[in-house]
Amino acid sequence: MPAYTDKVMDHFMHPRNMGELTDADGVGMVGNPTCGDVMYIYIKVKGNRIDDIRFKTMGCAAAIATSSMLTELAKGKTIEEAKKISRGDVASSLGGLPPIKMHCSNLAADALHKAIEDYENKKKA
Amino acid sequence: MSTSRIYLDNAATTKVDPNVLAEMLPYFSDKYGNASSPHSAGSEAREALEESRARVAALIGASPEEVIFTSGGTESDNLAIFGAAMKKGKGHIITSCIEHPAVLNSCEYLEKNGFQVTYAPADSDGIVKLDALERSIRPGTFLISVMQANNEIGSIQPIREISNLAKAKGILVHTDAVQSAGKIGIDVNSLGVDMLSMSSHKIHGPKGVGALFVKKGVQILPISRGGGHEKGLRSGTENVSGIVGFGAAARLAKESMGEMERVKKMRDRLMGGLLKVEDTLLNGSRTQRLPNNLNISFKFIEGEGLLLLLDAEGICVSTGSACSSKSLKPSHVLLAIGRSPEDAHGSLRLTLSKFNSDGEMGKVLDSVPRAVERLRSMSPFKSDSQMKQFSDKHATHEDDEHAGIH
Repeated sequence: MPAYTDKVMDHFMHPRNMGELTDADGVGMVGNPTCGDVMYIYIKVKGNRIDDIRFKTMGCAAAIATSSMLTELAKGKTIEEAKKISRGDVASSLGGLPPIKMHCSNLAADALHKAIEDYENKKKA
Repeated sequence: MSTSRIYLDNAATTKVDPNVLAEMLPYFSDKYGNASSPHSAGSEAREALEESRARVAALIGASPEEVIFTSGGTESDNLAIFGAAMKKGKGHIITSCIEHPAVLNSCEYLEKNGFQVTYAPADSDGIVKLDALERSIRPGTFLISVMQANNEIGSIQPIREISNLAKAKGILVHTDAVQSAGKIGIDVNSLGVDMLSMSSHKIHGPKGVGALFVKKGVQILPISRGGGHEKGLRSGTENVSGIVGFGAAARLAKESMGEMERVKKMRDRLMGGLLKVEDTLLNGSRTQRLPNNLNISFKFIEGEGLLLLLDAEGICVSTGSACSSKSLKPSHVLLAIGRSPEDAHGSLRLTLSKFNSDGEMGKVLDSVPRAVERLRSMSPFKSDSQMKQFSDKHATHEDDEHAGIH
């Protein structure tokens, strides 16, 4: 069991913005159940800003904490700003992640980017 | 904090029994002699060593001279396997795919160095398939090593039947009894084994002590050389205080074997209660199972989170999830009994001891379902079909990334 920062444990024990948005403008899904980590990110966009964001995650404490952290980082950001949020931003906002968790459990930024992609595709259609 | 802790990870290690500790203490302060010394301080240590050897032998129905003290279960397994392999020089070993890493990694090393190894499969209950094992015996087979009970799912293996198969062909049988000793009655003669590994810290003794039973007449070579202690099989000044603790723990385990009935009742209560939670799977056999072991998979969640939520409530457990392992691979035992990686990730192992109480079980029966429910409320999946649908359409291929950090 890797050692987690207090911030990771706080987000794991008290996740922010957990849940679904049934009327989401974009949904991003990443991960792989065989690896044990799957993340869904739901976004609601108003005036080019992420007005609301929710996550659902199956995974370890790091997976849940990174999802929660990501929603805090993305909420209120413009689409362009949100696109720039990286895996590294999420990890450093949590005070770092154990090296072994950097890859497999730190997918929330990818899920956000997919949700934005989904939103932009829907807008085009 | 520790007074209110509910410790359910006794397959990992156990609390040293206060009576064991009391017996050990004089061997640090007053009776600190080297058991090899001819003076009075040495003979004091030697007597304690031999008394402990008799106590450990009694737990498994062996003669004292058949017990070799080691540093623990891993060393005992290594001594048995490498000791037999080096004596033989070449040939074929049969083990099972659900063994402890101490056995599996020893066999894999030998396989890379000129020996042949067959890993016998287990059935869905976690019992090694006798027919497959029998079919893998061949003229060069010189050793079969199968654990007496599995450390993750507690499944009890048909060791006597394996010995019968082996005896007819002159093959040595080793069994890792690290988890079973002190939990179920063991008689090495009726089991028919040539070697048997034990560990002190799994039976309320100190860490760093174990033993290998080597049946009279069985020839193996040492894996460490030096002053020729322990009949030349394990050189090095004996860990007298630790061995005294092991002896005390073995005697207590034998005397209080009846306690296992109470432990089993508590385990059965946990099993009944936790299997009522929806979408759960019992891992391992319902009947051929150690009395203190419970292993359940909770679908659609991951075990590390479950472990941490329970830890926050003072409950210590274990999981077969990849996320809690060093390798990021789910339990090889759960995969071997046919669990999907998804279900292996959501596994929880609860292992009890005589120090647990019925009141604690009540708390666990309240805490575990709540923790499972909490993680499930965060999970995007509520059914296998939802998970499958996701895997087919969206799953990103993480395998290559994982490969890079193993």
